[in-house]
Amino acid sequence: MSDMPFDSSVFPQRHLLGIEGLSPVDISLLLDRADEYVGLNRSVGGKLDTLSGRTVMNLFFEASTRTRTSFELAGKRLGADVINMSVSTSSIKKGETLIDTAMTLNAMHPDVLVVRHASSGAVKLLSEKVNCAVINAGDGRHEHPTQALLDALTIRRRKGHLDGLQVAICGDILHSRVARSNIHLLNIMGARVRLIAPKPLLPAEAERLGVEVFYDMEAGLRDCDIVMMLRLQMERMESNFFPTMREYFHFFGLDYAKLQAAKPDALIMHPGPMNRGVEIASDVADDIGRSAIREQVEMGVAVRMACLEVLSLNLVHEEPSVPEEVQDELEGDEA
Amino acid sequence: MINKLPEAHGKTAFINARLLDPATGLDAKGGVLTDGEFIVEAAQGLFDDSVPEDAAIIDCQGQCLAPGLVDMRIQISGKDFANVGASAVAGGVTTAVCQPNTTPIVDDRAVVEFIARAARKAGLTKIYPYGALTKGLEGQELAEMGLLAESGAVAFTDATQAVSNARTMCQALSYASTFGLMLIQHPEEATLAEGGVMNEGETATRLGLTGIPKEAELIIIERDLRLAKMTGGRLHFAHVSTAESLDLIRAAKDKGISVTCDTAPPYFALNETAVGDYRTFAKLTPPLRSEADREAIIEGLRDGTIDAIASDHTPKSEDMKRLPFADAAYGGLGMETLLAITLELVHNGHLNLLEALGLITQHPAELLGLSAGRLKPGAAADFIVFDPDRGWQVTEQGLHSKAKNTPFDGRPVQGRVLKTVIDGRLVFDLDA
Repeated sequence: MSDMPFDSSVFPQRHLLGIEGLSPVDISLLLDRADEYVGLNRSVGGKLDTLSGRTVMNLFFEASTRTRTSFELAGKRLGADVINMSVSTSSIKKGETLIDTAMTLNAMHPDVLVVRHASSGAVKLLSEKVNCAVINAGDGRHEHPTQALLDALTIRRRKGHLDGLQVAICGDILHSRVARSNIHLLNIMGARVRLIAPKPLLPAEAERLGVEVFYDMEAGLRDCDIVMMLRLQMERMESNFFPTMREYFHFFGLDYAKLQAAKPDALIMHPGPMNRGVEIASDVADDIGRSAIREQVEMGVAVRMACLEVLSLNLVHEEPSVPEEVQDELEGDEA
Repeated sequence: MINKLPEAHGKTAFINARLLDPATGLDAKGGVLTDGEFIVEAAQGLFDDSVPEDAAIIDCQGQCLAPGLVDMRIQISGKDFANVGASAVAGGVTTAVCQPNTTPIVDDRAVVEFIARAARKAGLTKIYPYGALTKGLEGQELAEMGLLAESGAVAFTDATQAVSNARTMCQALSYASTFGLMLIQHPEEATLAEGGVMNEGETATRLGLTGIPKEAELIIIERDLRLAKMTGGRLHFAHVSTAESLDLIRAAKDKGISVTCDTAPPYFALNETAVGDYRTFAKLTPPLRSEADREAIIEGLRDGTIDAIASDHTPKSEDMKRLPFADAAYGGLGMETLLAITLELVHNGHLNLLEALGLITQHPAELLGLSAGRLKPGAAADFIVFDPDRGWQVTEQGLHSKAKNTPFDGRPVQGRVLKTVIDGRLVFDLDA
């Protein structure tokens, strides 16, 4: 842990809805704090009471195992009460019912809502209707800020810095919220970003996000420090973004032959879950020397601890805590 | 036709020729020296003074010597590559690109390799395949264009069917442009053309045949030009046949859209009246159009809107043509008349000889990225000797193709291939 006492009051956001709009200072603050938690998580019995008495609610409108578990663990390590709510997407189709759900949950007074939703913008809509802090755990194709933060922390710990690095993000950019959050974060922190994908998997005017676009893996990977592979999101594809898996892997799957173009010490990353043999060859993914894929998962917990802590400390400043007796009375009135 | 040799050996001097090379603008008396499969030298005044002692000599007797024809669209029915080759070399075609609607369809790497091997074995014309744009030419799922291109498919098309789904075409253009590949569209909107058997208009009305409106072609061209602009994809329209098609393509080229097109001899040498008394040899796709359209196609060839001429060679057996007009198969032979009908543009004063030859040699080769269609030292010795003025009549008996369905049946034409050389081998010699 650092010598300086941690002051979260400098984090100017009530919610963490996306990376876009954050400053380099905001991001560094979260990364520094998360970095401190990495050590704690590695020690036995490393549990804190920072969020003791706080309630974190995981509200997942879309199936997730790793992100939800990661948030759950992060909350518990900080001493919070964590509740998991999985809502089947079929029962929530209209904006109105989403807001109804939000109002219902709000009445239960959680401190932090961690929300994942299949529709871009749904988390922001929900955040406008609740009094607690909201963390976006992935909304449609829009943003997945904690993933970008954990990727950044992984890179920073391996390379020592983010600025000036050449980062290639490869694969299904079109459907990827991870890509969008990473593009924003890396640009904010001074890294240079390249996108590599077959054209149908690139969103329109991608260059306008401040990236270089390549359609060829070897050209795009040339001299890169970081190679970020994305999962092919088959569940989001109607059809015809590319002909077959076989052809996709041949031209865009990461194998050692294509990796030759990158720097010899290039770090390989993947947000998981991987489609082995589709976007990444198994031997590359499992290369202990070069692949940071498992480390990314570890960083995820630390980053989410930092986010939960920073946002819940901000809550105190906004809403001075109400004495419990008064709060009980209020709740009684509502009922 | 002389017996073909398995390989070309040693040097051959083609002397006393009028060299024509559209790529360099060369039009002069000279000669060509080949060594084995390759051209060593092709130049003005070559052999004026002396001929290498170790070279065999072929005297061209002042006739024209030009690059072998590059035919950018033929259909192969069945597996008789020897017959395809015989018809091709008689027409001076040394490189041909076949539609993917072979049996089996060219939507798998193995078929690309099969066609290349079968053509090599026949030892005549070099045949490259187009790859299918969608699996099974069904217009639904994209074919493995990247892998097919690696195996040798030169561009991608669904042959004689337009990709009807706009989204599929959009994604195909986008995906193909990932690899810089060209898509070729047969511009005919299927639902509008449905049931039609010839051009819509007076002739169809008099004959009582269902018409295909020119709008069927225009709709697809307009749609795809927008998609090409949107995706940046490389688009080529096959056999354009109407005046307004050219207006659209001309305007798109002016705007910098990456589009090219070709036409086929029937569309500048015939019009819908060729259907005459229900002649099924004149049943083509797209259909023969009006006289005004034919004249516009010539203008498109003159002003460069049309980039190339393809033969559209489509052999059909008698069984498939000797039927009531509506039931007969589409398509006509083309390779053996490609040079003569193209030269009509020269004889009628529309183009000069080099311009006309460029449309059937250099231009299609460049469109498809093939190293053919020019007289270049170091290149494969693929060329023809021809007499641009020799008259002959297109007859069933005179054709080398087994199928006889030429829309030019009985037509007196001017311009004849005398010799065809492929990889340094004399594979066709008219007067031998």
